[in-house]
Amino acid sequence: MKFLVAVILTAILAYLGGLILPWWSLVIAAFTGGVLIYQSAFRAYFAGFLGVFLLWSGLAWWADKANESILSLRIAQLFPGPDTAFFIVILTGLVAGLVGGLGALTGHFLRKR
Amino acid sequence: MNKSILFFIFTQHILYMRLVPFIISAILTTAFIYALDRSWGTVPPLGRFLSPQQGFWQNAEPLNYDYSDEINFPSLKGKVNIYFDERLVPHVFADNDEDLYFAQGYLHARFRLFQMDLQTRAAEGRASEIAGSAAINYDKEQRRLGMRFAAENALGEMEKDDLSKAAFSAYTAGVNAYIESLTESTLPLEYKLLDFRPEPWTNLRTALLLKMMAKMLSSGTESDLENTIARSLFKPEQLAALYPQVNDSLAPIVPKGTPFPAPTVQPVAPASADSLYFQSQTGFTQRETDRPDAGNGSNNWVVAGSRTQSGSPILANDPHLELSLPSIWYEMQLNGPGSNAYGVSLPGSPFIIIGLNDSIAWGVTNAGRDVKDYFQIKFKDDTRREYWYNGQWTPTRLRVEEIKVKGGRVVYDTVAYTEFGPVQFDKTFGSPNGNDENLAVRWIAHEPSNEGLTFYKLNRAANYNEYVEAISTFQCPGQNFVFASKTGDIAIWQQGKFPARWKGQGLYVMPGEDSSYNWQGFIPQPENPHSLNPERGFLESANQRAVDSTYPYFIPGAYITPRGIAIEKFLSNMNQVTVADMMQLQYNYFNVQAEMLRPILLKYVDRSQLDDAAAEYLKELESWNLQAEPNSKGQTIFVAWWDSLYKNIWIDDLEKGNGLAPWPERQHTLELLLRDSTNMGWVDDVRTEEREELAQVITKSMKQATTGLNNLKGEGRLEWSKRMRPSVYHLLKQNLLPFARTDLPVGGDGNIINAMKHSHGPSWRMIAHMSALTEAYGVYPGGQNGNPGSRFYDNFIDTWARGEYFPLWIMKKSDAIDRKVKWTLTLSNKNNN
Repeated sequence: MKFLVAVILTAILAYLGGLILPWWSLVIAAFTGGVLIYQSAFRAYFAGFLGVFLLWSGLAWWADKANESILSLRIAQLFPGPDTAFFIVILTGLVAGLVGGLGALTGHFLRKR
Repeated sequence: MNKSILFFIFTQHILYMRLVPFIISAILTTAFIYALDRSWGTVPPLGRFLSPQQGFWQNAEPLNYDYSDEINFPSLKGKVNIYFDERLVPHVFADNDEDLYFAQGYLHARFRLFQMDLQTRAAEGRASEIAGSAAINYDKEQRRLGMRFAAENALGEMEKDDLSKAAFSAYTAGVNAYIESLTESTLPLEYKLLDFRPEPWTNLRTALLLKMMAKMLSSGTESDLENTIARSLFKPEQLAALYPQVNDSLAPIVPKGTPFPAPTVQPVAPASADSLYFQSQTGFTQRETDRPDAGNGSNNWVVAGSRTQSGSPILANDPHLELSLPSIWYEMQLNGPGSNAYGVSLPGSPFIIIGLNDSIAWGVTNAGRDVKDYFQIKFKDDTRREYWYNGQWTPTRLRVEEIKVKGGRVVYDTVAYTEFGPVQFDKTFGSPNGNDENLAVRWIAHEPSNEGLTFYKLNRAANYNEYVEAISTFQCPGQNFVFASKTGDIAIWQQGKFPARWKGQGLYVMPGEDSSYNWQGFIPQPENPHSLNPERGFLESANQRAVDSTYPYFIPGAYITPRGIAIEKFLSNMNQVTVADMMQLQYNYFNVQAEMLRPILLKYVDRSQLDDAAAEYLKELESWNLQAEPNSKGQTIFVAWWDSLYKNIWIDDLEKGNGLAPWPERQHTLELLLRDSTNMGWVDDVRTEEREELAQVITKSMKQATTGLNNLKGEGRLEWSKRMRPSVYHLLKQNLLPFARTDLPVGGDGNIINAMKHSHGPSWRMIAHMSALTEAYGVYPGGQNGNPGSRFYDNFIDTWARGEYFPLWIMKKSDAIDRKVKWTLTLSNKNNN
């Protein structure tokens, strides 16, 4: 339950941050999640990762659907890896998750007793 | 336990269990943020780029995106209504000129900001700011050619005229209004990819854009440096035979037989011309590295009512340029007081450039005249502060150019300005041979001028006289302005500011130690080649020499002859002309050079020497319909054979010049073959003892061509479009290949009316029927929205490739409720309404 709350809280904070702050505000969101909701280091990391991964890949998927993949297919060809929209959506989530998880972990260590 | 021990354990606990992991984790997080927030080589800042709220996903425009909006701009005088049709063409209605051009600037920026920004930075010699150190030499060359100098001179002239200044300033304000509204997420995609930011627009940048066009169309039309090599290889009579001024097969723009008045300016060659100029053996090895495509050309023609089915004139124009996504053109309608113009505009400049209004239609092709000369400068010393001019050491003006480089140090370059213009090549740039080869460039584009005013007036011109008045001040790049009016007039003027040259002046680098070789004057504007309502009932221009040899001025240039021959051939056989006929003619694939050359190839080839493969190709060529269609194998075979023959004829004669002398024109080579099968002796390979006959060379060329053709056949690329690979690249070319449209199913060639040549060709096709109710059609290979994430990015390409057109909807204000209006954008000043 704590884990799920952390995931949702992180995603909501990251979304709100992204409206006004630079992209890396997602780290602040994950960090805040890590501080506020105390769980094991592993769970904290994973909650931060998942919260922003789901947010970014979800938003990307939504944008891609409305665009019928016109742009994502072009972008996919610029990157190494499969030339599919799905790949770019997942890549988007993974990049967010990478720093999101670390942000949450940092928050966790600050809180740790 | 001792208190201090407890404290020690506690602090150790904090240190190892909390603080150290926290610090490590925080450092790691910060490092990743840093790494994902900056670009690495060509990789964009990944975090920023992939962010769905700010990065490229924001440019993935929903298919049902709503372009309608109402925006408040305090700098507007009134209200501007913009109606977008289903092709995203804006129809702009404004109450005054300033608001009209504000809106145009706003729309250009809204849909094409990146291209405007990139092109004007490149024009100014600032490409290194985006591309890094690879572009330093390009930037230096732009500056040494005097691109910014030229733009500054133009700006002075533009701002002298109140009307122009108001229009250009309003346009600039419109562009900046859009730039100021940008946020991280609405930034055009390319900025996110390349990690840079747009810069505010200025009137100078509009001038720079026009100078970019001047360079594209009037900088590569001379071969002064190359010609000096030819001069050292050949005797004067040989030079005249190899590089003639007038082609045998020329179909000039001004119909043959049109009388020209006696010239009012008669330039005189300096007394020393023979010894210091014509017989000089100095060959200059400097070369410009960024030469405009010699195929930059165009077609336009106009058919009078006497030859059309309706009795009203029909005008057609298709400018041939490097094709790009986003396109160089942006289609729109501009309706304001006294102006209702429809056509294509150049993002970066106000006005409609090619189009029509309620009374007239106009189009342009390139004049191709040589308006750029080099003068050899003698500096006193390496400081370049003084040069020898008219018998004394004269101070230069030194301009220090500061070139900023992405990821590198600022580079400085000092350019010396002389009486003639900037010293483009000297010891510090482009001159491998040291101090003796300082070359100053004089170019018409450097002269103060206001080309924009011509288009302002053309947008409003109501008849022939107003059209002539509008174009009469146009200086550079010289253009063939074709014209038709609703009152039935047809006309063409080759308009520009052209030096009045003595015969041979400016073919080679000229002595620059005094003023005697400088231009003595200009051809008076009324004496520019022109024709009004000729008896034959049509006019055409296709980059050929404008006039035959009876024109009284010496007018060298880079002319292209074949398309003019083909257009004249077709038009002179057409009566009861319809719009559909004109569409077919713009898409015409007839290869006029092949029609002239094929009989010679077939007559002289020695079939007994050909292997089976070559015999097969020959058979294909014999039965070819002379159409360079996409699936034509005959065209591929013809081109391979002709390429090889052309090379075999000249390579031995030009070898001594190390490839630096210009090759005689292809059309001229063909004419020589038609005149004389020995091609005046040039057919013989001078490197061999034996004297080669044309039959041998043609047969040898076919054998050589066969090797290449076999390779193509092996790759399944014998069909012409597979050989040519017609493509429209993104402006950043190979760097953004996925943003291009490649291997389009079209044919054509530079010498064919449908002048498609890999990535170069008809950049806008327009036909205007000047009947009571104007009927006009147009198409360009691109789309209205420059955003690669929009469905309007490349949606015209397939229509263009098929040779089809869109009807141009000349909207009336009362059509606002028409179903064709899909979106409405209102720009207004709330304080005034």
